[in-house]
Amino acid sequence: MTETTAPGAEPSRAERTRADGQPAESQLGGSLRYLRRHLREFGILFALIVIMAFFQVATDGILLKPVNLTNLVLQNSYIVIMAIGMLLVIVCGHIDLSVGSVLGFIGALAAVMIVQWEIPFLLAGLLCLIAGALIGAAQGYWVAYFGIPSFIVTLAGMLVFKGLTLWALAGQSVGPFPEAFRLISSGFVPDLLGGEELNLFSLLLVVAVAAAVLAIAVRTRRRQVAAGAADEPLAFFVAKNLLIFAALVWMGWLMADFRGLPNVFIVMALLIAIYSFVTSRTTVGRRIYAIGGNAKAATLSGINAKRLTFLTFANMGMLAALAGVVFAARLNTATPKAGLGFELDVIAAVFIGGASMSGGVGTVIGAVVGAFIMGVMNNGMSILGIGIDWQQVIKGLVLLAAVIFDVMNKKKGA
Amino acid sequence: MAAILEMQAITKEFPGVKALDGVTLAVEEGEIHALVGENGAGKSTLMKVLSGVYPHGSYSGRILFDGQEKRFQAIADSEREGIVIIHQELALVPLLSVGENIFLGNERARRGVIDWRETNARAAELLAQVGLREHPETKVDDLGLGKQQLVEIAKALSKNVRLLILDEPTSSLNEQDSDKLLELLAEFRRRGVTSILISHKLNEISRVADTVTVLRDGAAVARLDCADGISEDEIIRHMVGRGLEDRYPPRSPRIGEVAMEVRDWTVRHPLHPERKAVDRVGFHVRRGEVLGIAGLMGAGRTELAMSLFGRSWGRDATGEVLIDGAPADTSTVARAIRAGLAYVTEDRKTYGLVLDESIRRNVPLAKLDSIADGWRVDPAREAALAERYRARLNIKSASIEQECVNLSGGNQQKVVLSKWLHADPEILILDEPTRGIDVGAKFEIYCVIRDLAAAGKAVVVISSELPELLGITDRLHVMNEGRFVAEMPTAEASQERIMAAIVKSSREAA
Repeated sequence: MTETTAPGAEPSRAERTRADGQPAESQLGGSLRYLRRHLREFGILFALIVIMAFFQVATDGILLKPVNLTNLVLQNSYIVIMAIGMLLVIVCGHIDLSVGSVLGFIGALAAVMIVQWEIPFLLAGLLCLIAGALIGAAQGYWVAYFGIPSFIVTLAGMLVFKGLTLWALAGQSVGPFPEAFRLISSGFVPDLLGGEELNLFSLLLVVAVAAAVLAIAVRTRRRQVAAGAADEPLAFFVAKNLLIFAALVWMGWLMADFRGLPNVFIVMALLIAIYSFVTSRTTVGRRIYAIGGNAKAATLSGINAKRLTFLTFANMGMLAALAGVVFAARLNTATPKAGLGFELDVIAAVFIGGASMSGGVGTVIGAVVGAFIMGVMNNGMSILGIGIDWQQVIKGLVLLAAVIFDVMNKKKGA
Repeated sequence: MAAILEMQAITKEFPGVKALDGVTLAVEEGEIHALVGENGAGKSTLMKVLSGVYPHGSYSGRILFDGQEKRFQAIADSEREGIVIIHQELALVPLLSVGENIFLGNERARRGVIDWRETNARAAELLAQVGLREHPETKVDDLGLGKQQLVEIAKALSKNVRLLILDEPTSSLNEQDSDKLLELLAEFRRRGVTSILISHKLNEISRVADTVTVLRDGAAVARLDCADGISEDEIIRHMVGRGLEDRYPPRSPRIGEVAMEVRDWTVRHPLHPERKAVDRVGFHVRRGEVLGIAGLMGAGRTELAMSLFGRSWGRDATGEVLIDGAPADTSTVARAIRAGLAYVTEDRKTYGLVLDESIRRNVPLAKLDSIADGWRVDPAREAALAERYRARLNIKSASIEQECVNLSGGNQQKVVLSKWLHADPEILILDEPTRGIDVGAKFEIYCVIRDLAAAGKAVVVISSELPELLGITDRLHVMNEGRFVAEMPTAEASQERIMAAIVKSSREAA
């Protein structure tokens, strides 16, 4: 809801408040009330922190070791990228089941173009993104202009592109990719400052970004105060943003301690920033939420619901293609099985992140946090040696719990 | 004859509204009892009390059926006694067969396995009783509305009906089907089945009813015996009552140039293109003028307004719209808004608001560009805008962050109105602007309308509340069955004249 809210650790603040046992103080009381009203937004962050803390302890500190943290980011990058697109689709009141297959197909397309046809990888990458956008547009066309349920259109798309992947690869794995292409997912930001143990440039970059996030938050706050619309208590605001700052810098330090920021992390961060801005601060974003909330009312307000729905799907296709390129580069090969079942992880991430099945509700940050909850659980459970069987069971239950929490929370509020 | 049903001093309150105020209704066994009244007079509420939709305890008063007091908790309780209600919107499952629909929820089955032979045989008997010659296995979807109505009645008969309640049964039927239905009611009367007929069509009532009860503003104001011979005028007089108190703000209209003119506007039903929902309608509205469109529900007023506003309803709209004397493009909502039109819907929850979003987010929706630099929304400007309208229209809420779903009807309406005021239209069409809101909020909305007209805007008000139209408009059109059937300056209009125009045009069409 509020713009520029990034991951932070507010809930710990709430705990402290409770531990202090001084509810009489108005600042704390106000913060608590505010927290209760925004339980959903902070609850998801709280869940991520609890889950991370749990696995950090359970794995004897392996989870947050620099190498593992870096790995975690790399492992989940394509899910996060698709979750951003999926968030828009779901907010718009639809669903896209085809993203896993599209990811696989684009990976195959990249392999065919780069490995077999020897097209320069930059051009090939661009063509892949265009192909993805066209695939999304083709599906969105039926959904938006003909009112065919997106579930069915994209279910068809899922089958079609799974088939086309097999066809394009002739059932074989195709690879390897040239080294330069693989950099997108296996490369790191070079240390321009020549740090020895630590990637200084990466660290500096993170500190700069964290500072920028802080500055934006302060500026927004100031404007709200000027307009008399600041409804977040000051103490809460300060604590929240300092924690966000600290968390970002700490994560940056951890990654800098390994090899620096992965390239794909930069891509992800840019996408999160851009799409957070688009969804919360632009007219296009507003319109998409309005369409998902009440398409009839939106249409009667002069919003071109059909075109925006169409574009939302095209965007999803493009992001699925980007994820496909990243995934293929990471595996260094395109396989017919790439992307199998990814759509479920992506959709689960968006719903864990607080989006509503009926549309109109959800945030980019929430979806990203949702993706990382899934990612941390995958990673942590794998470290603990929990079999894939129980991993699935636990992930399923977490998804269910998140949505039950949502529904209960909403009922209580009404 | 003995009374089969007596409803005594029924009072039913909703938060802030007394929907029924000590209503007494007595129905004799074996008669056709007509229940009439304007929209919102309390007819439907009374029938919901009777059928148990509003359970015993949620209203005060007594219901005697066969001389015994009944305390229905649910529809199933009243149906067990043989009280069956057939709603205006039919409750049939279109893709199931006639037989399946008749016995829906009451299946002819042995140990959970449906006995198709008995189902269809019994259904055929019931169909014969209502004079419908269709095979029980025919899909309901394949039947016309008139026949569907008969299936509903057959369904009622299957429940051993003793008191049949029909809510506007002929409103969507053509003349032939209406006649058939009325004959059927008369036939039931001969067989001893009692009916309550809710209808706006007074000619039908005077044809078949034995007794008429008139409701107005939640009270039973008259009980007329048709044996004495009653005139439609008399019913109308009772229906509309008299006396317009100071419920409307005074105004002194300054009427200017024609702002919008509509010529020969015809729109067809989106699913039944053979039906013209709006038929060659022409009208104009001037700057500074408040034009009223009167008519009953289903007259085509909303369809007219929505089709004018970016073809939001219906198909194959034809005709011309001129704004300030020049042809205007209103073919999409965005274009209509650009041309200076705004339409405030009658159904704010479905068409007016994004309910789960805040006031702040709803107000700018029709003109988002105004709070954005390019495509970047400025939250401060957005907040300021919402605050301005919250103050201007006196929207009662905790803050502009409150979600619209948690606002009262009147305040929701004000949010919708804010949205359209902000769009700054030259011509504003308000569809039932005060439906379901309390008296205080109504007055505030009338003031907004007055101020708009005073600012030189053209305002069109569609309303089913005749006193409201008489209180706030300068000129009136009466719409019935898709056509404009009468026009009069409000100064010369009366509720009787309007109702008479409606009744007359219905009779002419019939």
